[in-house]
Formats: sequence, structure tokens, C-alpha cells
Amino acid sequence: MTIADQVTGSTIAGAAEAKPAGTKPRAAAPAITLPAIGERELRLDLFRGLALWLIFIDHLPASLLTWFTIRNYGFSDATEIFIFISGYTAAFVYGRAMLESGVVIATARILRRVWQIYVAHVFLFTIFLAEISYVATRFENPLYTEEMGIMDFLKQPDVTIVQALLLRFRPVNMDVLPLYIVLMLALPLILWSMKWRPDVTLGLSVVLYAVTWEYDLYLSAYPNGFWAFNPFAWQLLFVFGAWCALGGARRMSRILSSRVTMWMAIAYLAASFYVTLTWYVPQLSQFTPKLIEQWMYPINKTDLDVLRFTHFLALAALTVRFLPRDWPGLKSPWLRPLILCGQHSLEIFCLGVFLAFAGHFILAEVSGGAAMHALISLSGVLIMWGVAWVISWYKRVADKSGAKTKNAVGNADLAGGG
Amino acid sequence: MKAKVLLSLILLYGGLTAPVARADDAAPTASPAPASCELPAYLLTSESPLPKVAAAVKAGRPLEILVIGSRSTTIPSSENSSYPARMEAILKEKLPPSEEVHVSVEIQSKRTAEEAASTFVKLMEAKTPTLVIWQTGTVDAIRAIDPDEFRSAVTEGVAALQNAGADVVLMNLQYSPRTETMISAQPFLDNMRVVAQEHGIPLFDRFAIMRQWNDQGQFDLFSPSRGPELAKQVHDCLGRALARFVFDAARLEPAQQQN
Repeated sequence: MTIADQVTGSTIAGAAEAKPAGTKPRAAAPAITLPAIGERELRLDLFRGLALWLIFIDHLPASLLTWFTIRNYGFSDATEIFIFISGYTAAFVYGRAMLESGVVIATARILRRVWQIYVAHVFLFTIFLAEISYVATRFENPLYTEEMGIMDFLKQPDVTIVQALLLRFRPVNMDVLPLYIVLMLALPLILWSMKWRPDVTLGLSVVLYAVTWEYDLYLSAYPNGFWAFNPFAWQLLFVFGAWCALGGARRMSRILSSRVTMWMAIAYLAASFYVTLTWYVPQLSQFTPKLIEQWMYPINKTDLDVLRFTHFLALAALTVRFLPRDWPGLKSPWLRPLILCGQHSLEIFCLGVFLAFAGHFILAEVSGGAAMHALISLSGVLIMWGVAWVISWYKRVADKSGAKTKNAVGNADLAGGG
Repeated sequence: MKAKVLLSLILLYGGLTAPVARADDAAPTASPAPASCELPAYLLTSESPLPKVAAAVKAGRPLEILVIGSRSTTIPSSENSSYPARMEAILKEKLPPSEEVHVSVEIQSKRTAEEAASTFVKLMEAKTPTLVIWQTGTVDAIRAIDPDEFRSAVTEGVAALQNAGADVVLMNLQYSPRTETMISAQPFLDNMRVVAQEHGIPLFDRFAIMRQWNDQGQFDLFSPSRGPELAKQVHDCLGRALARFVFDAARLEPAQQQN
């Protein structure tokens, strides 16, 4: 259960560096442990699928369905789930690659994945450009002359497109993939360091998070401003996910199963639910002490506010407690669509962003109204499910009939996470 | 017999329509709020008071209101239908006839909160309003200004206006569903709420109000229509809501109601 920490880090790191490929670092008793091959964590797929659906619904204009998304019930939202699980699965897959094939091979695989995500991002940007250009030419309501200033960047497409390729110009709702690209670029370093000392790596990540808050580190964006998800802060969730995947979760199992943790988590979730309630029922806010309000606000999403992070931890602690790994429901056909979507997260994430654009477009151009809105949300989710099914069919059937399949280690979908 | 019935009908009709006709004549000043302006009370009330407005009205001094805004403060080519003008008309109706109300508008086109705030000291020397309604946030949201910088700019601006001796009402962004995928309004809405709370000043939640109208189907804010009709109606309702909001926040007593 515990990890083999006794081997000094320097020898492992040194060995890995000296003989990057072809070595069997396992022989050197690595500092990290991995679950057995082939054991797929369906809970991860389930919640990543759920996060993808929620992100899609949150990206549509607010409607009745929006009330089912978790951001209305506490501080954190689907983004936290998504980044954490992405860190977990990425470390799980590429961590194994690093142990079995060495740092160079693992890094090469990670970079290939980064490239895929980058291409997906550029693809989405193209669609966004088409949408915004359409609105710019068709929409001239005098009520909104000011808001149309957002189209000003269309006047210099040369600059804008280059900035978009540099990930500095990112339209609204297109911030997650750039964050993910940066986090994945850092993954070789994270894994390499985790291989040496997982706890130190997590500690360094916390330090970077604290430094970010103290000294206000950020990545600038174009034409001004900054990245809407600050990678220096959000890396904490990603690294924490990786740390959990590489044995941390098992070591924490005693903490997770304690009753104290459970009640603390419940109390925290209840408190944050109350605070969220005051946003929608402003009359309630008079019962919140002013001092607490001043300390608490603003709850900063850009820099992953501690309140949000803790909220996610509380959610995760309860989930792990009440939803065991071998819960039979995970095999039920009712959860199958969610799990399928979670298993092809990059594709389904991009599809979700696209569907949100398209849904907006239909609401604006064809007709609005609650019925249409519900229809769009529902068909969006169905399309996501259908496409996920088609993708796994390709993996299962179409690709298999060709050359010999890739081995499980290189399966990018498991690392997925777009 | 028949003639008698007819006559009485005509009389009855005349009796019914006469007051209506009179009301119509007075429409520009005393029209009742159209049903489409309906809003839940919490959007129109504020716990934060407007003491200077209250004092001015009590003392019978003229009420000078300055609206500092941007392009969404006006409607191109129909100034008189914009919300500041509508608010002025409604306030005059609500207040005793002896009370003078002047609304002036300062448009800071394409300026961020920071750029606008830097002009406030001079602006307040030139005009000495009792109440400043500062509408901001849109340009900052379009340019994706750092929300922290935005918050400190709004804080400084509010402080400058208060130091010059005015009551302040903050007004946030318009709800613009068509550009929802392109402009991220939320951080700016949140930060304006925080500043209002910290300074104990009323926040007129234009965003929530317009969204309420859109969701209830009172206005179709998705409409691509190029005509000014929708804009005029929305501004009329905004002006009414704003007048009621100011009235309520200053805890003013309504004038003897004529109707």
C-alpha cells in the first residue's frame, strides 16, 4: 500500500537520464506505484463525462437546465473536475510509459498529445471566427452598438490570427484547451519529478501556487488582459490529480475514510451552498456577516481561489467515500453514455464547445424560448453520446481490422482529457 | 325606446372614454408603466441609502443628476428616448411639481473604468451634481481588462465622486445575449457588486433586469432588427426602473398621487 520511498531520488533520476530508453526502471524500485495494467477506473470516465456535459450546458445561455450544473450549488464547477481528472489520467498513462519506456519516449508521446490538443484548439477557433464574422455582418440592433465593439479585432485579422495561434488571443469559452496545452507541456517535468519524490513535487506545486498569489504571476493575453485560467495557479489541481494517480490516493485512503473528514466536507459544502444561495436570493445576504463577506469576495476563478479548490476537495472526498470503485452501477447501461463521453474526452470536449456555438446560433437565428432551449441542450448531449459511441466503434472495430493495435500504454484516449 | 337605449349607450361610452382621452393627452408626462416593464421588487430596491438626494429633496433644492456612461447610455439618433431622459421625465412625475430635476449626461465613449475615473475630479469641478449614476464595465469586458484592475479603478472612481460630495449609484453592463459567447461579463458584474457592497452604495443591476425581461419574453433581446423601436422600449423601461430605484434608495415620499 505504501510507496517505496526509501530509494534515494538521485539514483533513479540519474539512471533514467543516463539510459533514457530501453531501461527497465522498475527494477530500481520506483518512488511511485501504479495500479495494475488494464484496470480502468470507470469512476474517472464517469465524472469526466459528467464534467463534459456540464461544461456544454454552462456554455449555452442560462436556462432551466443550467440549474442542474454544480456551479449553482457551490464554489467550484465542472472545470475543476475536468482538470483534476485530466491530471490523474495523464499521469496514469504517461507515468507508466515513463517507467516502462523511459523519459524520452514518454515525453515524445506527451508532445504528440499536446499537438493534437493544439490542432483541436485551432479548429475551434476557426469555427468561432466564422460565427463572430456572421454576427458582425448581420446584427445591427441599435441597442447594442457598444457591445459590437467586440468585433473590432476583425479589422486586423492578420494580427488576431497569429495571436490566436500563439494562444494569446482566446475568445470566451475557449480558455480550457490552452490551459490544458500548457499543463500537458509541463507534464514530462512533473512526471519526472514525481518519479523522484511525489510529495516534494506536490509541495513544489503548492509553492508555485502560493507564489502566484503572492507575486501575481500570470500569462498575458492579446489584445490585453491575461489568461482567464492562470496556468500557474491551476497547475495545482493538475499536479494533485497526478499525485493521486501515482499512489497518493491510496496513501490518503485512511484520511478519506475517516468520519471527521466526511463531516468537515459536508459542513463545507453546506456553507458554500448557502453562500451560493445568497447570489440568487440577495435577501439572504443580510444574514451573512459583513466581515466574512469581505474576506471571501471576490472568489477568483482565474487564479483558482482556495475556496474553489477546497470545495472541489470536499466534493471529491465525499464522492470517493460514497461511490466505491466497484459500485455495480458503474456497469449499468444508464451511465454508459456518460462513461463513453468521458473516455473520449478531447473529441467530446471540442464537440461540446462547437455544439455550444451552434446552439447559440440556433437560439439566436431560428427561435428562442424554453422549449427550443431544452431541445438544443438535450440534442447536444445526445450528439455527444452518439459521437463518443462512433469513436469507440472506430477504436474497437475499424482500427482493429487494420494493422496490429497499439498497445494499451500508448492509448492516448485514456490520457485523453482535452 | 331604442333611441333611448342608444343615447344612453353613447353617453356611457363618452363617459368612459373621456378620462382615457385625457390621460392620453398627458401621455408624455404621466403614462402608467407598460406591463412589459414589470420587475421583481428585489431588482428595484437597495439597502444602501442616498442621503444627499434625500436631503436635497427635503430641503427643496434642485436635484442635479449626472449620468456618466458610454455608448449604451444613448440610442443613436434618438437622445430623448434614452434612459437618462426617460428617468428625468419619470422623476419629475414622481416628485412634487416644485422640485426641479436636471439630468445631464456625460458620455465616455470607448473608455475603460480606469480611463473614465481619471477624468472625474475635473468633471466634478465643472458640475456639482447631487447624484452621479456611473454606468461602466462594458468597455472593460470587451477588452478583457484584468478584473482586479477593474475593481480598483471602480473603487477609485467611486471615491473621487464621493469626495466631490455626490451620492453615487453604480450601473453595470447591459444583458446582451447575442454577444454572450464573445464577451465575458461575469467577472465585471461580480466586481461591481463587490465595490458597491464595500462602499455601501446602491448598484442598479441593469444586467439582471434586462435578462429578466428577456427570459420572461417581454423583450426579445436577440432581435437583429435595425430599427430603433426595441431600443426605445428597453430604454423607456430602464429609465422607469432607474427612477424607481433612485426614489426608493433615497427613501423619498411620492408626491400626492394624481391617479
